[in-house]
Amino acid sequence: MTALRGWNLARIRALVLVPFLAIVLALVTGAVIMILSSPLVDGFDLTLPITAYVALFRGAFGSFDAIVETLTEASPLILAGFAVGIGFKAGLFNIGAQGQFLVGALTATATALALDDASPAIAIPASLIAGMAGGLLYGAIPGVLKAFSGAHEVVTTIMLNYVAIFIVSYFISGPLRGENVTYSRTDDIHAASLPIILGDDGHLGILLAALAVPIVWWFLYRSTIGFEVRTTGANSEAARYAGMNPRWLIIFTMALCGLFAGLAGATQILGEVGYMPASFSTTIGFDAIAVALLGRANPVGILFAGLLFGAMQAGSGAMQIQAGIPFQMVSVLQAVILFFLTAEVLVRRVFRVRQAAEGLGEIGNLSESYAQRP
Amino acid sequence: MTTEPTAPDTGATTSTPPASPPPLEMRGITKRYPGVTANDGIDLEVRAGEIHALLGENGAGKTTLMNVLYGLAVPDAGEIRLFGEPVTITSPHDAIDRGISMVHQHFMLVPVLTVAENILLGEEPMRGPILLDRAGARERIRELGARFGWEIDPDRQVGQLSVGWQQRVEILKALYRDAKVLILDEPTAVLTPQETREIFDVLRRLRDEGYAIVFISHKLYEVLEVADRITVIRRGKVVGQRVPAKTDEEDLAELMVGREVQLTVDRGTSHPSDPVLAVENLHVRDDRGQEVVHGVSFSLRAGEIFGIAGVAGNGQDELVEALIGLRKPASGSVQLAGKDVTGAGPRQLHRAGVGFVPGDRHRFGLVLSFPLTDNLVLNDYYHAPYSRGLVRNDAAILRDAEAMIAQYDVRTPSATVTTSTLSGGNQQKVVVAREFEGDLKLLVLDQPTRGLDVGSIEFIHRQAIARRDSGVGILLVSAELDEVLELSDRIGVMYRGAIVAVVDGRGADREAVGLLMATGGKAPAAEAQEVAS
Amino acid sequence: MEVLYDIPVIGLLIQFVAYLGTHLPVIAPIIVAAAVPVVLGALCGFMNERSGVVNIGIEGMMLTSAFVAWWVASLVHGFIPASSSSLPFGITIPLLVGLVAAILAACLVSAVHAWLSITVRADQIISGTIINIFAFGITGYLNLLISQEAPTSAGSFKSLAMPSAITDLPIVGWLIESFLAVGPIALTMLISVIVLQVLLHRSRWGLRTKAVGEHPKAAETVGIDVIRLRYRNVILGGIFAGLAGAYLTIEFGSAFQGGMTNGRGFIALAALIFGRYTPIGAFGAALLFASSVGIERLIRFVPPEGQLGDILTSIPLEVYEALPYIITIVVLAGFVGRSIPPAADGKPYERESRAA
Repeated sequence: MTALRGWNLARIRALVLVPFLAIVLALVTGAVIMILSSPLVDGFDLTLPITAYVALFRGAFGSFDAIVETLTEASPLILAGFAVGIGFKAGLFNIGAQGQFLVGALTATATALALDDASPAIAIPASLIAGMAGGLLYGAIPGVLKAFSGAHEVVTTIMLNYVAIFIVSYFISGPLRGENVTYSRTDDIHAASLPIILGDDGHLGILLAALAVPIVWWFLYRSTIGFEVRTTGANSEAARYAGMNPRWLIIFTMALCGLFAGLAGATQILGEVGYMPASFSTTIGFDAIAVALLGRANPVGILFAGLLFGAMQAGSGAMQIQAGIPFQMVSVLQAVILFFLTAEVLVRRVFRVRQAAEGLGEIGNLSESYAQRP
Repeated sequence: MTTEPTAPDTGATTSTPPASPPPLEMRGITKRYPGVTANDGIDLEVRAGEIHALLGENGAGKTTLMNVLYGLAVPDAGEIRLFGEPVTITSPHDAIDRGISMVHQHFMLVPVLTVAENILLGEEPMRGPILLDRAGARERIRELGARFGWEIDPDRQVGQLSVGWQQRVEILKALYRDAKVLILDEPTAVLTPQETREIFDVLRRLRDEGYAIVFISHKLYEVLEVADRITVIRRGKVVGQRVPAKTDEEDLAELMVGREVQLTVDRGTSHPSDPVLAVENLHVRDDRGQEVVHGVSFSLRAGEIFGIAGVAGNGQDELVEALIGLRKPASGSVQLAGKDVTGAGPRQLHRAGVGFVPGDRHRFGLVLSFPLTDNLVLNDYYHAPYSRGLVRNDAAILRDAEAMIAQYDVRTPSATVTTSTLSGGNQQKVVVAREFEGDLKLLVLDQPTRGLDVGSIEFIHRQAIARRDSGVGILLVSAELDEVLELSDRIGVMYRGAIVAVVDGRGADREAVGLLMATGGKAPAAEAQEVAS
Repeated sequence: MEVLYDIPVIGLLIQFVAYLGTHLPVIAPIIVAAAVPVVLGALCGFMNERSGVVNIGIEGMMLTSAFVAWWVASLVHGFIPASSSSLPFGITIPLLVGLVAAILAACLVSAVHAWLSITVRADQIISGTIINIFAFGITGYLNLLISQEAPTSAGSFKSLAMPSAITDLPIVGWLIESFLAVGPIALTMLISVIVLQVLLHRSRWGLRTKAVGEHPKAAETVGIDVIRLRYRNVILGGIFAGLAGAYLTIEFGSAFQGGMTNGRGFIALAALIFGRYTPIGAFGAALLFASSVGIERLIRFVPPEGQLGDILTSIPLEVYEALPYIITIVVLAGFVGRSIPPAADGKPYERESRAA
């Protein structure tokens, strides 16, 4: 099978080399920022980056618990990463993973609360499915808008992200507000809480994310619909000639993206938080964009990118405590990685890499379609 | 009304060479693009007060030459002189500064801006350092229009104007810039005969006012009608220069199309049997809603190759798209082996036995970022044996892909390499392999060998003949007359959206067909009259 | 008046108008204050998108400059503490330096966006995303580092004092007060809207910008340097993002919090789209958006009485807050008066001579 997909060492090297170098350059840039900003804390310190990165690494991989924490942080990033990455494959830029994540979290929470007296065997799958369904429907909205009116998904999904915040706020501070709570949040979820499968905190979400990787890979590369999705993204005219239905595929793909974001939201509530607050502050849906870009929209790439960013999240606490480096350094590193990935020319010049550019897999320039008229 | 504020003060006669150096001289212009020499040592001299026609087929290198002159392309060799003075032109800005203006084949107008804004863009009259002098601009544009008796509304949005009026705006744009050398790239391509006539009047006037005018065209009667001198180029080289009085359409057609016929494939004898395709009174509109195919009818039998010859842009693209299901015909009917398939989609037609090899393989034919395997099953991926339900059967895909690669001699390291890494010829073989396979009734070949090397061309031609002999009806559409002549059993000539003549393909007279392509078969005099009257 | 209130449906509408009318002087300053950063952000977007560059990084640019304005002003304040200023608008050297630094920072970020979008010809939406993530990270990071030392704020610009003779004028008095008795950045916003609107339609710059955003090739054939114009506009657009950020930390407020722009950059984008890519339209859209926030506050704190009150309070307050975003989607989808982006928006430009 591997031979069929054309995976060989040279191809993998071509795909991985630039992201790897981008990560290296980002770590160097991060180090420079730390050194330059060190006078703000305890005076100029050249060794601060080493302390910080060692703490970051230990916090992410230094113990069994740390590794579990990395996996727990990574799993929603991977799931939400698919919400963006599958869109990329179809030539769609889904900035709305955040909104789909929130709506999925909300529908999962509502279902979990309704089934709080049921047995976990019913409550857990029902809540997860509700989360996926919520995300799916919310993701389908920009798909329908694009397919039938040509409204570009980038703007509509940005707007829907904010609408989602208010939907969540309304339901959690209104109908779903808990009885014995001091601020706007739901009661604790019991029956639908995801079981711990690894260490002290490693919940079922890890398994779901791990399972999602082969499923998405299978869908994209082994199923006929996945082939249609990829063909539409790579050459929509050829897709039309091949008898595919671009309109339907846009809606389908956006809904599928929403499903994964919704699942990410559901696992986060059911496995991690245990209840839903009205102002659920998370950036997972946005980080997912970085995950999908770094993973080059490839399921395996997204797995590794999600693990990398998950590790950074997991280690950021240790970095903050042991080296005094605020956790936001993780966002800085993410952004700088993406910068070097995008400004690939720069990376090639720095490292004198001379190999054919391998872009975002099969996707082209997405914002080209921004002003496209229906 | 006939104040001439902008016309250069040069001799206005057309017959005697001017004493002063000519406004434009190009010497030995060579421009190479990867794989093709678009201009190969071209010389061109344009005098003040003359309309100099640049005649050549599509792709002969006319537009490249003018892009070089206009600073849009950098020549690899050669020299440009303006009024005897050698110049280097590296941007349109340079060209405009030196008095060169160009009316592009595809109008360079901003649809949402007004007539006035489009005309003065880049050379804006100012009122102070920041604000535009809009009143002054309006006035100047009205005056400029009045010179030709045009009532121009400077405040109309250009996007709302008819094509003919947009053309006028383009011309005013050039005149507004105090041009001395005026280039018009196929200015009549989109005009009605009346509009064409009017443009010719304008050009003659401008000539009389002393402008040096380059008129680019592939239409013989137009060139004969309006030009003072004619330079013919073919495949990037100047092949002759003529004066209208001492030439005729036959002569020009021969120069333009060339004589050399390279018979590379023995086409053998064909044995046409039952009709596979019957097209009846087909009307098709283009993307802008203009009807570009006007009631085409023809039929095609199994085991024959029907060639459609014609200069590009005479409705062939839309006809082909209608036949393969990418475009819904406005009216008329298409029958495939006796069954009505009018308005059927591409998948339905493919199932019914229609294969299609496009010239623009990067657009419809291939997904370049996919491996060969995927491209080889691009329109069969959804059914057995390539899929079972919703699951692809990669083993079957690989097996058949490798078989096709072997059978069609696609040179590739493996069936799974990314298609973009193959050469153009091998890419096209992938398309051919896919489209020639299966239970075919009709093959539509649209410029199937465009841009390919000789070996690939020969291969594809031989495959087409093999398919013909196996009983497939083949529709070959090509702007390459040689290709049509070489392969077709019958040839239909398409001109302005209609098939104007059908001739026997064997022993067809190349010049006669060329003339039909260029004139539509009306007597040259009648055609000229239609334009001039 | 009371008679009219009893007419079915229309009566309620009249009641609503009267309710707003009574309280408008109270909520008008809230509306204006909410609109200022949104309008300025939209002007940044205007400079970008009109010349053909999509910018979804306005949020990040605003956040960066909000931080820089506050931080630099505090730093300078540490060296030259300005107690109180007798200058109009309460201008002090720290505030002025902070403002300039904020503008420069936003222009620098814009320059990166320009380089990625125009020279590298990268995906412009990805470029904007990078800016947003980076701004969120770096400002949060530095803010946390700095807060350990807790610098003293340099305060904020003051509103222009209007003589009471003017503000006491009936009807227009509060209008003048809420729109003109404002700080220097808000006033700059008002002036910028008018100036840019005029420049767009009456100046050479405006004409060329429109041409480059719609049909760059046509612009190049008449000798306009598309690349240079795009660079200039994108970088200059940073000025407005800089002003928007500075408004939050040295005019409207006087402190910085992580992520404090809170989506205003995206509302700015929405206002620009809803305002059909014109400064005046974006201004109107931003006011409308801000009004829905103002009305939400009003209903929350002073709900109307009677039937109208019942109806208004029965609508979830979140609906008012979500309204700007929903309106934008509706407009974008063309349900009411479609807003069409410049034709070349988002497409990197490649010169013919190189492309051929």
